[in-house]
Amino acid sequence: MLSRVAENLYWYGRYLERAEDLGRMINVNGHLMLDLPRSMAPGWAPLVRITGSQALFDELYDTPGERQVVRFLLADTRHPGSVLSCLHQARENLRAARDLLPREVWEQTNDLYLLAQDQLAGNLSKRRRQDFIDLMIRRCQQLIGMLADIMSHDYAWDFILLGRYHERADMTTRILDVRSAHLLRGVDESQPFDQLQWMSVLKSLTAYQMYRRHVRLRVAGPDVLRFLLGNPLFPRSVVFCLGAMAERLEELPDHETTLVAVARIKRLLDQADADALVEGGLSAFVDHLQLELIAVGDLMRQTWFEAKPDA
Amino acid sequence: MLTDDPQYFSLLRAAHTAMRYAFGARTQGNDLSDGAKSRLDWNYRSDFCDELIGPRGGPRAAARPLWRYLKGLGREELLERRDACEVAALVAGITFRVYHDEGSADRAMPFDLIPRVIPLTEWRQVSEGLVQRVTALNLFIDDLYGEQKIIRDGVFPAEILAGSANFREQCVGITPRYGVWAHICGSDLVRDADGTLYVLEDNLRVPSGVSYMLENRQVMKKVLGGDIQPVDDYPARLYDMLASLSPRPADYPTVVVLTPGMFNSAYFEHAWLAQQMGVELVEGRDLVVLDDDCVYMRTIHGLRQVDVIYRRIDDAFLDPEVFREDSMLGVRGLMRAWKAGHVGLANAPGAGVADDKVVYSYVPEIIRYYLDQDPMVPNVPTWRCSIKSELDHVLANIEQLVVKPANESGGYGMLIGPHASRKEREEFKRLIKADPRNYIAQPTLAISTCPTLSGGQIAPRHVDLRPFILSSDQHYVTMGGLTRVAMRAGSLVVNSSQGGGSKDTWIVDVDGAGQG
Repeated sequence: MLSRVAENLYWYGRYLERAEDLGRMINVNGHLMLDLPRSMAPGWAPLVRITGSQALFDELYDTPGERQVVRFLLADTRHPGSVLSCLHQARENLRAARDLLPREVWEQTNDLYLLAQDQLAGNLSKRRRQDFIDLMIRRCQQLIGMLADIMSHDYAWDFILLGRYHERADMTTRILDVRSAHLLRGVDESQPFDQLQWMSVLKSLTAYQMYRRHVRLRVAGPDVLRFLLGNPLFPRSVVFCLGAMAERLEELPDHETTLVAVARIKRLLDQADADALVEGGLSAFVDHLQLELIAVGDLMRQTWFEAKPDA
Repeated sequence: MLTDDPQYFSLLRAAHTAMRYAFGARTQGNDLSDGAKSRLDWNYRSDFCDELIGPRGGPRAAARPLWRYLKGLGREELLERRDACEVAALVAGITFRVYHDEGSADRAMPFDLIPRVIPLTEWRQVSEGLVQRVTALNLFIDDLYGEQKIIRDGVFPAEILAGSANFREQCVGITPRYGVWAHICGSDLVRDADGTLYVLEDNLRVPSGVSYMLENRQVMKKVLGGDIQPVDDYPARLYDMLASLSPRPADYPTVVVLTPGMFNSAYFEHAWLAQQMGVELVEGRDLVVLDDDCVYMRTIHGLRQVDVIYRRIDDAFLDPEVFREDSMLGVRGLMRAWKAGHVGLANAPGAGVADDKVVYSYVPEIIRYYLDQDPMVPNVPTWRCSIKSELDHVLANIEQLVVKPANESGGYGMLIGPHASRKEREEFKRLIKADPRNYIAQPTLAISTCPTLSGGQIAPRHVDLRPFILSSDQHYVTMGGLTRVAMRAGSLVVNSSQGGGSKDTWIVDVDGAGQG
């Protein structure tokens, strides 16, 4: 497989996941704003921080109100990280690799972008926005299901999945970082709103229901961290994503160094003390995780996307 | 033999709407609404020599079964099949890219349901003539980059060569394997009023259209059929030809198709050919030439040596080290690798020197000079403005002539005398006088027509034919070729970039010649 095509497929997986994650985040934030009293409601600004696009946002908009943030994250073509831009990128990355995948995958991806373009034009009422996001998430899920079921699980598949889980691991750490920032240090978990806020962290990752099944009824900070960082069964936890990446990596040629880097992050997570992190240090820990994730991306690039003469 | 399942067509019609949405592609639409009951006028008449209908109004022998069948379908059925064809073409992704202000879009190539028919006996003669022609052209190119005997012998003027935009200094002294430079040639043929097929031009650089020829047949097989000679061995023949250029003796040489990228209008064809041959479709940035002067492609397994490159990039962009320095599409060092004999290139750089329209006028002499034979497929009579007496003739008779610049393709920059205004003719006279070497003129041919569906009726439309000739240690000519059709009444412009469409081309064994 050509390096360029492998890279295209990896980014296809990443952009598809990013669009889906953004959609979930916007929807959940909408719910949170209704669940929490006004004084505790997170507002819309954290979403911009999570996506690391504060500077661009400030350049384009005056206030981080709902209308502005949602437009910025969903439909703004000037923002390369908006859902619409991501779907466009997913399509363009796939275009160069379309012959490797079943024809339906290209048609669906193309169609998804055209649909988004169509639905996101003009004013977005809350209702239309939510309908679109729900539909978009379903379509992304459909695409992944289609890939899993009708394409050979060959290198192309490995790279798409690597992109998907890499993006998800990254997104989970970002959401954890921003959402829990004001919850840490000296929290009293008997406070009903603290519970609600930790619940909101779970909900941002569509993890609430699974958490309740796996952990226990009361929602406590350290447990939430343990679950989102280290639960091996929940597919949006960081450890699960790393495990899924490791599985794909093992299929690829010359995977040793990248696999070692992934194992190193897993070890970091195994050794993490959730209670201590809640007391302080989560932010530094997440920074560390993110740097390690970036290092994995660099190794992938060196190993597969930029073949060197001595390779 | 013929697809007559009504359910198939209603399904296709439903898909039609869906596809239009999915691809954003424009189609001809369905004109069943305007008087579906009205009857087709089968008293088809053309003022030109017609490919299907003889001078007395009846179908030619090779087209007789087809014409009978079409007549039996009736108008509604015929139009439904026309729509079905379009859907099949969209589903198959037979598109080319069109650029406009809002970006670019894949558009379906207009496809006409009614095939063009050529008797096998005639086609065999034409094929033989094309092989003769390409053989001579390759000897000519090889000579130009070698000893230039044809110039020393006074058959081909040195000043024509000196003025050639496609002669590549950098290729002098190179002898590619088998002495072949133009491995893939697409020659355009037209039929004049007297029924003779003429070569209008040879495309020796990166001729395109073969994918349409093959996909047209796939589409056609779903809606019409007949006793037709197959065309689908082309990708296998192309692969064999390319493999024969491999510098390394290996069972499976690494062959790649080099494309300028997905924004090229012929990207569909590049991807299609790579897929059909089972080889990688690469861009310039996927390839690298190392100090050993070998070409490698970047893969997830590291660098892999490439043996043969079917390049679909113009010479000028091929290697920034030798040609245009600003080329982002090419591969630095590719010419070094080719000269060292470490990689096969098809077509060879510099092959375009022989598809200049002034060189074209010398092809009959070229054939006689190298092969000592008379041309089997004639050239269109051509006046060369570089010669004083011929220039005077052109200037005096411009209203009857077609004037073409020497180095343009795609139908750009030409003057069709009888259709041009006085102002346009004066403007062209000025252009010719300023640069006579750059112009040739030909009589306005009465190019043949073929019955074509237009606005719900069958009408004559002008057609040409582009067969493809493969050359290495042996030759192969496609069975027929791509018939291009000018979709507008009276128009002679068949280029897809200017609104032309295409038809399936049937080579029919009318008198059992294939059995012998």
